[in-house]
This record gives sequence, C-alpha cells and structure tokens, in this order.
Amino acid sequence: MCLAVPGRITRISDDNDPLLRKGRVDFSGIVKEISLAYVPEAQIGDYVIVHAGFALSLLGPGEAEASLQAFHELAEFQDKQ
Amino acid sequence: MADFEPNCPLPLQYDRIVMAHGGGGRLMQQLLDTLVRPVFRNPVLDQNHDSAVVEINGTRLAFTTDSYVVKPLFFPGGDIGKLAVCGTLNDLAMSGAKPLYLTCSLIIEEGLPAADLQRILESMQQAASEAGVLIVTGDTKTVDRGKGDGLYINTAGIGLIGEQVNVNPSAIRPGDSIIVNSDLARHGIAVMLEREGMNFEHRIESDCADLSGLVQELLQNGIEIHCLRDLTRGGLASALIELASASRYEFELGESALPVREDVRAACDILGFDPLYIANEGCFALFVPESQTEAALSVLRRHPLGAQSLAIGRVKSACSQGRVVLQTPIGVGRVLDLFSGEQLPRIC
Amino acid sequence: MSLQKAFRDPAAAKRLSAAIAAITTRPWNIMEVCGGQTHSIIKYGIDQLLPEGVNLIHGPGCPVCVTPLEYIDKALAIAALPNVILCSFGDMLRVPGSRQDLLGLKAEGADVRIVYSPTDALEIARKHPNQEVVFFGVGFETTAPTIGLAAYQAKQSQLNNFSLLACHVRVPPVIEALLDSPDNRVQGFLGAGHVCTIMGCGEYVPLAERYRVPIVITGFEPVDVLHGLYACIKQLEEGRFEVENAYRRVVREHGNPAAQQLLRQVFEVVDRNWRGLGTIKHGGLALNDDYRDFNAERRFSVDAIATQEPVACRSGDVLKGLLKPSECSEFGVRCTPEKPLGATMVSSEGACAAYYRYRRLQHG
Repeated sequence: MCLAVPGRITRISDDNDPLLRKGRVDFSGIVKEISLAYVPEAQIGDYVIVHAGFALSLLGPGEAEASLQAFHELAEFQDKQ
Repeated sequence: MADFEPNCPLPLQYDRIVMAHGGGGRLMQQLLDTLVRPVFRNPVLDQNHDSAVVEINGTRLAFTTDSYVVKPLFFPGGDIGKLAVCGTLNDLAMSGAKPLYLTCSLIIEEGLPAADLQRILESMQQAASEAGVLIVTGDTKTVDRGKGDGLYINTAGIGLIGEQVNVNPSAIRPGDSIIVNSDLARHGIAVMLEREGMNFEHRIESDCADLSGLVQELLQNGIEIHCLRDLTRGGLASALIELASASRYEFELGESALPVREDVRAACDILGFDPLYIANEGCFALFVPESQTEAALSVLRRHPLGAQSLAIGRVKSACSQGRVVLQTPIGVGRVLDLFSGEQLPRIC
Repeated sequence: MSLQKAFRDPAAAKRLSAAIAAITTRPWNIMEVCGGQTHSIIKYGIDQLLPEGVNLIHGPGCPVCVTPLEYIDKALAIAALPNVILCSFGDMLRVPGSRQDLLGLKAEGADVRIVYSPTDALEIARKHPNQEVVFFGVGFETTAPTIGLAAYQAKQSQLNNFSLLACHVRVPPVIEALLDSPDNRVQGFLGAGHVCTIMGCGEYVPLAERYRVPIVITGFEPVDVLHGLYACIKQLEEGRFEVENAYRRVVREHGNPAAQQLLRQVFEVVDRNWRGLGTIKHGGLALNDDYRDFNAERRFSVDAIATQEPVACRSGDVLKGLLKPSECSEFGVRCTPEKPLGATMVSSEGACAAYYRYRRLQHG
C-alpha cells in the first residue's frame, strides 16, 4: 500500500509553526501545494516523495545512482561467472 | 499468476444505480447487458457499435445519440458544448460515416448564468460549422435548482455511409495493425484535475476534437478501414477489450509503445490511475490490414489531429472469448480486464 | 523525472532477474507485505520473471482489505446521518460493509466525497461551518501522519465541525503474528518501503533476529521489487537473516523523526481487529485522549457497532500462505469478487480475487 511519488519543490511558504510549512511541488508538469510538515530540512530544488498531500522524505539522488550502478556491476559479475 | 488487473476493490451487485454504472467498466456492461439490451432487443441494436447503421431506400445512414454530463462545464481545452458536438460527430465517424445533421437538447438547472449558456451554445455552433454540419432541431427543459449540474446536453446525429465502406468489429482480421491517432488519457485527466478539492495546477488540455474529417481523409485516400473505435469512457483498454470480445481475436499491445505525455503520466501516478483506462475525446483506435499500416500512418500524420499517430499493436489469432494481451515494459504478457467502474483516486 | 524511469528500465529488470536465477538453488516462500508491491508485481508481471519455486505470498498490506467490517459499518452509519459530509480516499468507497458500501449510500443521497488528502477535508469543513465534516482515515504508518496532522490542525484552529473516524494499522505486529503462527510458511519478507520511510528500519531488527527471517525494505518500481527479491533470496541462500534496506534513496535508517513525533502526539497504540486475521496485539493506532473531542466514534456514538465477520471466510489462512484460494470450499461458490465473504476477495490485490480472475480468463 501507500502510493507515493517523487516531485521537485519549486517554492516554500514558511509558517511560524513548522507543522504548517507548505511548498509547491512539481511532478513533471503537474503542480500541487504539498505539506512540508515532515521534511523540515527541505529546500527549494529538492526532490521529495509525496503521499496523500504530504512530503514524507527527501529523495537522495546519490543513493539512487549508487543503486543503479550496483545493478550494473551485478550484471557484469554474473556475465563473468 | 499475472493475468489480471488490480483494481482495488471490487463491488457488490447493486439494487440501485451507482455512479460506476456510467463509468465505462464492467458495471456499465452489466447494466446494458442485463437491463437495457434485453428490453430493446433488435438486429440493429445488436450491431453493438458506436452508432447504429440503418438502410433507407438503399442509402446507408449512421444514427447515434449521446448525453453529456461533465463537471466542471468549462475545462481546459473545451467545454460541455464542444464535447457534445464532437462526441456525437465521432460516434458517427466511427462507422465511417460523413456526419450531416445534429440535434441539441438542453436540460438546464435553474440558476445557470445566461452568459455561460450563450458561451456554450456558441462553442457548439463553432464546432458544428468547423465540421460542416448543421444543428437542425432541439429541445429545452429546465429543472429545479439542485437537480442538475448546471447543464446537461443531449445530441443526436445522422451521417451518410459511402458505398464501399464497411467499418465494423466483424471486419477485424488477424494481422491487422492497431493504430492510435494521438496520445492517451488527456481528456479524463484534464477534467479530473479541475474537480473541486483537487487543487492541481497544470497545463493539460482535453484532446476534445471532431475526428470525422480525419476519418474521411483515410477513406478518400483508399485506406481499407476494418474497424474504428472512439476511446472515450474506459479509455483504450476498455474499447479494445470490447472489440476483442466482439471479434473473438487476441489483440497484442506493447505497453512501452503507448503514447502518454509525461505530465499526464505524472498525474496518473499521483492519483493511482492507469492511463490505459482513462477517457479520451479526440482519439480513436484504427484497425487496418498490416500491408496498409504505413499508408494509413502517412495519411494520418498529414492531418493536425493525427500528427502523433502510432501503431501500438496488432490482431493475432482467433481465441474463444477474445482477449487483449499487454506486453509490459519488462517483457511479460498480461491479459487486460475491464475495470468495475470509474477509477477513483487511491492511496494504495 | 528520469530517476523514476531508471527504476522501470527493462534492461535493469532483466539483469536483476538473471542474477536472481543465478543465485537461487531451491524453492523459497517470500511475502511482499505491501499491497503497492503486489500491485507492481501484477501490473508488470514480475512474478513471471522469477525462477521455478520462488513463491510470492501476497501479504496483508492493503489497508482497504484489512480495515475491519465494523469500521466500514461505522462509516456508513455516520454518513447516513443528516447534516454530515463524509470524506475519504477513493479506494474506501467501494469496500462492502455488512449491507452496502459508501458508493451505494451516496447513491441514496448521502454526502460522501473523495479527497486526495486529509487536509482537503479540513478545507471542506472550513467551507461548510454549519455541517459536520468527518474524515474516514485508514492506512498504515505511512498515512497515519497525514491524518494526524489534520487532527492537529483542527485542534489548533478549534475547527469544531471536523472529526476523524481513524482506523490505522501497524505493520510490525502483523508480521510478528504471521511468524508466530505455528504453521507459518513465510521464509523471507519484502518490507513496505513507504511505511519504513516514516518508521525507519529499527522495529524490524528484533523480528528478523528472533524468527530468523530476512526482512528487506523494498520500493515499488519493478526494478525496486526485483532488487528486494534479489537481496532477500541472497540472504536466504547464505543462511543470513538481517534487516536490509534496498530502498535507500527514500528510506533512512531512523525514518522520519518529525512524523514519528506527531504520531506520538496524536495517536496511541491499541489492539486492532484486522479483517481476515482477527485481533492483532498492538496492531493499530487510535486517536489518544488529547484528541477525543475530534474522535468521530465518540461524537456520533457509533463506538458500540461491532460487526462479526462471516465465519466461513478463511482469508486468514490464505494471507498466511497456508491455503490456496481455489482450495477453499466457498471460493467461486458463495464468495466472488461481486459478493465477497472476506478481505482477500474484497480487493483484487487480494489473492482470492486474483485467482478468481486468473481462472476465469484461463478457462473463459
């Protein structure tokens, strides 16, 4: 369960209460105001994973690339065997 | 274990009509098959096509009617008026007919701003004159406030079918190419994103358009059209499943080849929709013999409504009930099934 | 975005499935806990890329499936009251209660609305100050913070015409219950990536150690699922049983501290009945005492509704992988997707509905 998709923060509107912090998130051309209550560290330009109108986590592009690289090495390893 | 379509969850049998009965999925088929068709049964109705083909004094006419309910009345790329004209023109065109005349019935909710009604009527007139058809008769009713969503429109239409033309599910043959003229799912997503409570900003416009000119281009260029189907409610998947079961063939599609715009795909990902099941209003599936694929594509691509035309699949061998097999992006075949009703935004 | 595409890449999927085939020496039963993963497996046909004998058991991770019948009945009872607007996620509207579903009730005139986010329901409450707006919130630890924040905001702004029918469930206790069952057949788990995004990986470490099962936190794109399966089978083949994070681009070791804090502020851990599985100790979250004024069960006095599930349904055994759906005597007879007896036939992510459709398409 728990459908969640990545999008990029394009604007942030701060509030005195950090739980009311919001941002505009761009999902490949679809833009929606999303709650940033749970990603207090998020900055404009960051990618976040969004579920039911809330950003739940910052997406780590470094980690994603590392995973993809690992799959590649895995294949080379298999090929050699 | 992969030959089914997740659609969470499945419904009860209802003793009252629910919204999903109009959603283009399994419940609508059930409603038609168990309630509507048995009452009216006759050979013309049993053609089971977008419009009925009737013969009068040796002349074949396509005849169709459709009612339009859409929230909101104005949406990016169109409004209910343009939709009511184009939709009925398209139903006629799917029989290979050249549309001639339309009717227009308005059911207006008390309180609708007259300026809105005027804008909608002008939009109808514009779409009709662009298609070269006349709106020749109609009717107006009003209902109490709260008993309608502003405005419902019904249009009916007739068109003329040329002598050599036989566009029909029964003309589908093994080896036929399946072509679409445009990218998928734009209308349904454009309207959904405008609904109250959605609050999305986007640049997705409905693909709402009259396809009859494009169909006439194909016929005039000698393309042998076996079948045409408007990909409206229920989208590409529902239309093809219906045709596969009517013709009793297996159709094969490649999921990676299906044209869906990036932003439309993103909207589908957010809402948990499958673009294959989302409505279009300016998109058809065209069946032509394999040898005519390139010729058909080149005719289509010369027309603004066909610039993005693509072959997306083909008709394979006969198969007892007919089915549509989708090759997923990772190279596995999956049988497509009808949804129960309209897709609802989901969290899981 | 391009990263998302990279995790749907057919070449990467082929590489991973070849790697899985190369390391698999015997049959394994692996449960994907999350309905989202089941969805991906079925949508892309991932199970068909696996070697013979690797058996995927579809777990209880579809909140729509496991929400107990009594909560559907409570939602129906509230929605039927005059002057109430009941909001929920789209997927809850077709779940059958004892007599009907919310869509059916809407057809009879009830004001039932689909929202994308619980905070959209707050907006509806602000716009309709003279009506009672109730959000029917279901879901796992992923969704609970979104509903928790709606409760928090309602309390902060004293939005007194808003309340919540909250029926949240927690994943670790149900994994424990499955593993505790004497006839458990599950040898490894794909953990629910988005649940762990909130809660982190720590809760699973004692489970992996105590029951000697690998638990691999897994994402949802086809390449993610294959990556999770590869890591899980590798552990099984090597005799290891660790908690491993195969969804590092999203899941952090300790999860999301801000969301965890809000969960503690708004909810308390309770025992909860799961449709098909019975009462799971500590298996749910309920609004705590500070938020009792926003609890729709109290406000509309529906806490007494206690519906029993049909006894004939053996979906619990199906969820544990003990019974094939087609082996159940009610399957396809008294229990079909249109008239489901229990959880696994309610949702077509459920194993029974999957078997039902598959069989129909095969022989139809």
